Amino acid sequence: MEHNVVIAGFGGQGVMLIGELLARAGMEEGKEVTWLPSYGPEQRGGTANCAVVVADEPIASPLLTEPQAAIVFNRQSFDKFEPAIEKGGLLVIDSTLIDRKASRADLDVVYIPATDIATELGNSKFTNMVLLGAYLGKVNPISIASVHGALSVFLTGKKAALIEVNKKALQAGVDFVNKK
Amino acid sequence: MSDKVLMKGAEALAEGAIQAGCRYYFGYPITPQNETPEYMSRRLPEVGGRFVQAESEVASINMVYGAACAGVRVMTSSSSPGISLMQEGISYISGSNVPCVVMNAMRGGPGLGNIAPAQADYFQAVKGGGNGDYKRIVFAPSSIQEGVDLFVDAFELADKYRMVVMVIVDGLIGQMMEPVEFKTRIDVSTLKTPEWATVGRHGRDHANIITSLTLDAAGLEQWNLKLQAKYAQVELTESRIEEYQMDDADYAIIAYGTMARIAKTTIRIARAKGIKLGLLRPITVWPFPAKQIQTYVGKLKGTLTVELAYRQLFEDVQLALCGKIPLGWYGRGGGVVPGPQEILAAFEEQFGKGR
Repeated sequence: MEHNVVIAGFGGQGVMLIGELLARAGMEEGKEVTWLPSYGPEQRGGTANCAVVVADEPIASPLLTEPQAAIVFNRQSFDKFEPAIEKGGLLVIDSTLIDRKASRADLDVVYIPATDIATELGNSKFTNMVLLGAYLGKVNPISIASVHGALSVFLTGKKAALIEVNKKALQAGVDFVNKK
Repeated sequence: MSDKVLMKGAEALAEGAIQAGCRYYFGYPITPQNETPEYMSRRLPEVGGRFVQAESEVASINMVYGAACAGVRVMTSSSSPGISLMQEGISYISGSNVPCVVMNAMRGGPGLGNIAPAQADYFQAVKGGGNGDYKRIVFAPSSIQEGVDLFVDAFELADKYRMVVMVIVDGLIGQMMEPVEFKTRIDVSTLKTPEWATVGRHGRDHANIITSLTLDAAGLEQWNLKLQAKYAQVELTESRIEEYQMDDADYAIIAYGTMARIAKTTIRIARAKGIKLGLLRPITVWPFPAKQIQTYVGKLKGTLTVELAYRQLFEDVQLALCGKIPLGWYGRGGGVVPGPQEILAAFEEQFGKGR
């Protein structure tokens, strides 16, 4: 079984971070994982993305030209990755920041007001966790508990105080897709 | 869980080199491998080693030359244009018969090019680069774990044969993260200073002198013959290949490094469609695993060489198989990386539906 996803948005929205969380959580479950960032002459305010693969078998290509899913944080990323997703794939969209609807009918699309949900939880910086929760509510490459475990690797020292609210943001995303 | 850690390729390879006994690193920054010297600058002092950021690539490789003459495990790393600047030093090190390891994170070229993944330095790594008749062992890992494991072999073989070993990767391997396990740790205290090293006379009746200069033609020819005999031995014993899904294969993709990895997904898709496709992946590109590839003559209906370059690897495939198996080729340049479907389309265009 292989799960793969492209996560894309502006630099600074925590795009790379949730990709790494996913990869680290997968590794802790004993799965094969790859995390491949877009890299290039990136600039502040520009777009960034990463491709994450979580699989039971050794991973062949870490490069995703037709990802099974995409999590998009902004309009540019939406426009770029909507056509690339494989037939019948999953698209998770932050509907607070993206006003357009998907143009493909074959996709499973989740419109989640992730920035609004994060703001209600206290800070729009948790948007990435809400979106990751929405993705994990739809497909289960790894358990939520493993993501919780991975969070404690990233948030240490003073930042450890933020673990609980990050868990809440993650759960808010899961709940949003499950109540539908 | 095991002792796996999630690491970026460029850092994991640096740690792999340290575990392999590397204690000296000289380099100059260039994307996409800056994490390697950055990591070395932090880690080497912790293990009693030395890191120097030189003023240029020319200086770096000559510092490597100096340390190599002292008989220690030393390396440098760079990316394509920087490796070009090091060619003179690599030739001198080869001509002086001393060991070192050089890593190239290949990027788009020619010239300054760009920082995207490429394999267009194949000829430079495998055929020449610097002046004179010399060879390097060239490892081409296709995953971070393999790269880490090969670094141990790289330093061991460099010492064993007293020659330059190159490790060629690309920005994709350098920038991605994968779980990696460091399985072998060389205890540097067990490494003996070679008796040829220029570290002082210590009561010997002669001084060790290392040079690549031999003005007498007959003497230089003898020196060359000695090097050639060594290269012939390496060619005989050190070539390596991965044969993936080849047992029942009608066709094979021949590719190395990142391209081989992407080709494995192509093979999965092709096999689901009923095409019996396998992969021949050179792990050493010099010595080229020609003997292993030639065992498929009479068994395969065709091969498709796939590379991030224009007919460089393909030339070695031609030398190994020309006239014996129909040879197809597909490549992209300038840092463009084809996906698995694109490779399959190229295969079907050249070999029909593969039946």
